[in-house]
Amino acid sequence: MRTDPKTMLSPAESRDLRCVAGMMIPPSAAFGVPGADDAAIFADITASLGRDFADVRQALGALAALSGGAFADLDEARRAAVAEAFQARGGAALVTLTRVILQCYYRDDRVVRSLDLEPRPPFPKGHMLEQGDWSLLDPVRARPKMWRDVPPR
Amino acid sequence: MNQIVDVLIIGSGASGAAVAWSLAGTRMKILCLEQGDWVKQSDFPSNGRDWEARRYGDFDISPNRRARPTDYPVNDDNSPMKVANFNGVGGGTIMYTAHFPRMHPSDFRVRSLDGVADDWPVDYAMLEPFFAENDRMMGVSGLAGDPAYPPKQLPMPPLPLGKTGTRYARAMNKLGWHWWPSDSTIATTEYDGRAQCINLGHCTPGCAQGAKASTDITYWPHAIRAGVELRPRCRVREITTNEHGMASGAIYYDADGVERFQPAEMVILACNGIGTPRLLLNSASSRFPNGLANSSGLVGKNLMLHPWPQVRGYIDERVDGDRAPMLSLWSKEFYETDPARDFVRGYTLQFHRGTGVVNEAITSAAVGRLPWGQDHHRVYRDLVYRRLQIGIACEDLPEEHNRVTLDPVLKDSHGIPAPRIDYTISENTRRMMEHGIARAEEILTAAGANNLYTSRTILNSPGHLLGTARMGIDPERSVVNEWGRCHDVKNLFIVDGSIWVTSGGVNPTSTIQALALYIADSIKQRLATLFD
Ligand SMILES: Cc1cc2nc3c(=O)[nH]c(=O)nc-3n(C[C@H](O)[C@H](O)[C@H](O)COP(=O)(O)OP(=O)(O)OC[C@H]3O[C@@H](n4cnc5c(N)ncnc54)[C@H](O)[C@@H]3O)c2cc1C
Repeated sequence: MRTDPKTMLSPAESRDLRCVAGMMIPPSAAFGVPGADDAAIFADITASLGRDFADVRQALGALAALSGGAFADLDEARRAAVAEAFQARGGAALVTLTRVILQCYYRDDRVVRSLDLEPRPPFPKGHMLEQGDWSLLDPVRARPKMWRDVPPR
Repeated sequence: MNQIVDVLIIGSGASGAAVAWSLAGTRMKILCLEQGDWVKQSDFPSNGRDWEARRYGDFDISPNRRARPTDYPVNDDNSPMKVANFNGVGGGTIMYTAHFPRMHPSDFRVRSLDGVADDWPVDYAMLEPFFAENDRMMGVSGLAGDPAYPPKQLPMPPLPLGKTGTRYARAMNKLGWHWWPSDSTIATTEYDGRAQCINLGHCTPGCAQGAKASTDITYWPHAIRAGVELRPRCRVREITTNEHGMASGAIYYDADGVERFQPAEMVILACNGIGTPRLLLNSASSRFPNGLANSSGLVGKNLMLHPWPQVRGYIDERVDGDRAPMLSLWSKEFYETDPARDFVRGYTLQFHRGTGVVNEAITSAAVGRLPWGQDHHRVYRDLVYRRLQIGIACEDLPEEHNRVTLDPVLKDSHGIPAPRIDYTISENTRRMMEHGIARAEEILTAAGANNLYTSRTILNSPGHLLGTARMGIDPERSVVNEWGRCHDVKNLFIVDGSIWVTSGGVNPTSTIQALALYIADSIKQRLATLFD
């Protein structure tokens, strides 16, 4: 299969991205959720890079530079140290990398259900909103006028 | 060549739509050129599972990030607040949050009352009938009796309090501070062919239900039925003038990129506080070497953007989050000038219901509050749907060094010079911001929130683009007169947010539209002597 290097990550970049996604959000048996490196979630992440592609590539480049090679190939302790340094450096590319992972993770059906929410778009079903108790306004209704009178022109 | 029209309106947003509808009754031939497209309700993000992600993509509030072919870039590097807008039929109302406060009577008299900036040449009483007319046309929900405003009637009942609103209400009552359900252009009943709100939540990037009043579904259908022509995908490059120094029409690029000339008897600009000065400056000619209508030198100056700190905190129960319109309550407790404070003027507090699942994760991670690793899940579950957030809508006063100019390098897709903004936050505004932040922290604490976090300047401005072609009686100190006509060019009018003299501490669209209706009415009253 041929890939376009301007819009598709290389296999090495892809491996590092998956690895960093799994470190950011690992699976949790306690909460019954997959990690962000889950196959379906990771496929969504790579398919959704779109206008963020350049920033993500830049972030992965910085990660590889900090690793002195492939981040995914480091041993666990070294990976943790590099990930910490990577986060401490911050920057716009890291913010983008984090966002592209989070926006796909938190729309996965399994994750959404684990939060006791329905996996669906807002439209057309919408949501119910309770009216609330408008008598809470009574003390405000009782206040004198607050706007300032203006002098005649 | 196109046939001459009586009225050429440029821009179809909040003010362009209102002025088009109001003038339609005159039977003049009216044409509106709009650089953007119609947007379909089925295109809005809340139709799909990627609805939150699209707020960072094709429905981002920044034109630079959104970068649709219909957008133009803005160089806002030299400003702590970035420009937000939408370019399409409906303009900024496609992307607005539909919070719809009016300016207060004191906002029009800041020099007389507080000794700063300038008084407006119009006042609340003059605009009152136009506020009411606009409320009817846009369809406003709200509750009469707010002690912060002169009496007004709203066509629809207010948005529900919900769980989040109840939490704020109790906190505000505990503190003894004013709060009230906001005026909002979200339909709480069926209204003028619009469906009732069903709490999709994501009002800002467009309402798939059509419950939010953007002008493409309020004013425009009425204006078009009354005979106004609206031509989308037409980007105006410059206003032309004739040997008498009058506007003669506009040169624009049509949907195919072909340059065309549209002759007109009268031109009305409605391109907003960035687009209008850009167009006037791009219309410089040998007759008007500093830009059109710029003998005062004030075109582009006095840009006001409304600094808008946000304070958030988290409570011990799940509340409404993004499952309802984001804004539904305001407080005017600190709106009017108080001589005991170290700043003049004031601000509105806006109470947010919370945010969505994805956005909670993104915004918390961005400020280092959502860790990587196993702890991520536990921390996240203490955040999601537990957020309370208060926005502080600060009035910034006009200052000439805050301005729009033409960028020497940046251009749009038609090669037209793009705007550049230079903006700094003044000392008065900074003190106001800190005062508001401290009050918001008190409210959140009274509501039982902890884990508080403040962003002093949000990444993008609230999309309030004001003051860059101000109105006034003195031609040396203003660009348009008291009824919107340019001092220098007697058949050129401006009706958008650029004519504001000061900014008030409120979201501006209600007042922008009331002013546009007032100017249209002034035009109608003077038709026989309009260009004298
Ligand atoms: C994210 C966001 C949230 C907001 N929330 C609120 C809110 O809750 N309440 C509130 O009151 N306000 C809100 N606003 C602000 C509101 O959208 C604006 O105040 C209002 O739309 C401004 O009206 P206007 O007529 O001045 O210009 P706009 O509505 O911006 O219309 C200008 C139009 O002119 C067109 N145009 C510009 N240049 C050209 C050209 N050269 N040729 C052809 N067409 C051109 C543009 O494409 C655009 O459609 C928000 C804005 C944003 C972006």
